[in-house]
Amino acid sequence: MNPLAVIGRIFLDFLVSVGRVSVFTFNGVRHVFAPPIYLRLTGRQMMVIGYYSLPVVGLTALFTGMVLALQIYLGSSRFNAENAVAWIVVLGITRELGPVLGGLMVAGRVASAMAAEIGTMRVTEQIDALTTLSTNPFKYLVAPRMIAGVVTLPVLILVADIIGVMGGYLVGTHKLGFNAGTYLKNTFDFLETLDVVSGLVKASVFGFIIALMGCYHGFHSKGGAQGVGRATTDAVVSASIMILIANYFVTELFFSGQ
Amino acid sequence: MSNDAKIALRGVYKQFGKKVVLDGIDLEVPRGKSLVVIGGSGTGKSVMIKCVLGLIRPERGEILIDGQDAMKFSASEREETLRKFGMLFQGSALFDSLKVWENVAFGLIQGRRMDRDQAKQIALDKLGQVGLGPEVGELSPSELSGGMQKRVALARAIAAEPEIIFFDEPTTGLDPIMADVINNLIKSCVQKLGATTLSITHDMASARKIADYIAMIYKGKIIWHGAAAEVDHSGNDYVDQFIHGRADGPIKMEVLKP
Repeated sequence: MNPLAVIGRIFLDFLVSVGRVSVFTFNGVRHVFAPPIYLRLTGRQMMVIGYYSLPVVGLTALFTGMVLALQIYLGSSRFNAENAVAWIVVLGITRELGPVLGGLMVAGRVASAMAAEIGTMRVTEQIDALTTLSTNPFKYLVAPRMIAGVVTLPVLILVADIIGVMGGYLVGTHKLGFNAGTYLKNTFDFLETLDVVSGLVKASVFGFIIALMGCYHGFHSKGGAQGVGRATTDAVVSASIMILIANYFVTELFFSGQ
Repeated sequence: MSNDAKIALRGVYKQFGKKVVLDGIDLEVPRGKSLVVIGGSGTGKSVMIKCVLGLIRPERGEILIDGQDAMKFSASEREETLRKFGMLFQGSALFDSLKVWENVAFGLIQGRRMDRDQAKQIALDKLGQVGLGPEVGELSPSELSGGMQKRVALARAIAAEPEIIFFDEPTTGLDPIMADVINNLIKSCVQKLGATTLSITHDMASARKIADYIAMIYKGKIIWHGAAAEVDHSGNDYVDQFIHGRADGPIKMEVLKP
């Protein structure tokens, strides 16, 4: 086959996917703002995204904070800047590692579950059944997940930030020999509101991406169990890549003028 | 469209890729009567029903429901029209995440905003009509046998006392006795409601039992249409071959050669 034709076909398929995701996003967001809002379902999704993800995100944050403290100590000791450990840990966690690693962990846990659940509903005609029962599937399935993702992930990441900083504190005070009071003073003296807010805004964006990709791939799954499996994989991969891309642009937005 | 046709299809055409599935379907479902469409697998029966429900949009043709062109409905008009419908899906399509009674009451609670307690009473009553006790209402759909799931799906289809009920392969996958139980339930429920019904099946025993009229679909076209009593004397070779289940005849199975 002509290589140019192959490239053209891939490009066209990409454009079709972008168009489909755009239309899906528009429909999903439209139903977020149009009543009725299913509060019970939204609450259930908040539990799934937030509460049930807390152990895995908390552990990730804890060990990331601990490793970060060790690595920064080893690096900064080469030029006698060990005091930088506390504030580099807190900035690293709140600005980047908390939201990004937390987002990726939630993408792995939640986007896959959403895609599997909605994908199974698609291939077993449950989504068609919703329509015949006068219930819009976007309003019933997509909108609650989008709301839950946008609202819950910042709360989850705030908790993860605190756990991550605590991880750094534990290593700093118990292993590296920092004074506890000094470590905490260094942590809070250099921390600005924008550092935390930018991380929480990122978390909110990532929450939206996770819900969008989970729902989108579930909605478009076909071909039985194999199709649902593929949708699950695609949801995690696409959500993870989009999180990393969105992370750059949100960072650029917040810190480009500084 | 004749005055007593509840649903009429005129030249409905649908193709997926290069495959033409509906090739100009013309069909009328008389008000208050039961029409059964028979035909082999892959002849377009399910697609036809999904076109009427608006789950699939045909490329061309007219679909009239109570004389109104369903192809021109807005989203809200379609939602309003769907309140007239009940649908029994081939695989039951019960919602896994809900209890049995919540499945039956779903259209009442979500679609018609009925109070949950009142909807539960109706759901338990409908479960009783299909021979299931109130204790079944508290179970999850996954705890039920295939026959019980069909009965629950039937209860859900009739819960809102719709004017039109569609049955998609109501007896597929059931043993002959359970199939006859389902046929009897369909007949009694429909008679009680006075509903117009459109069923699709390749089970001739079921078709003979529940039909007032029978139509046969082949290669996306209606090739015969008449009263149920006439099906044995249709004078149509395709119908004869199908109802007697003969391998030889004008219908050739497309078997891929190794």
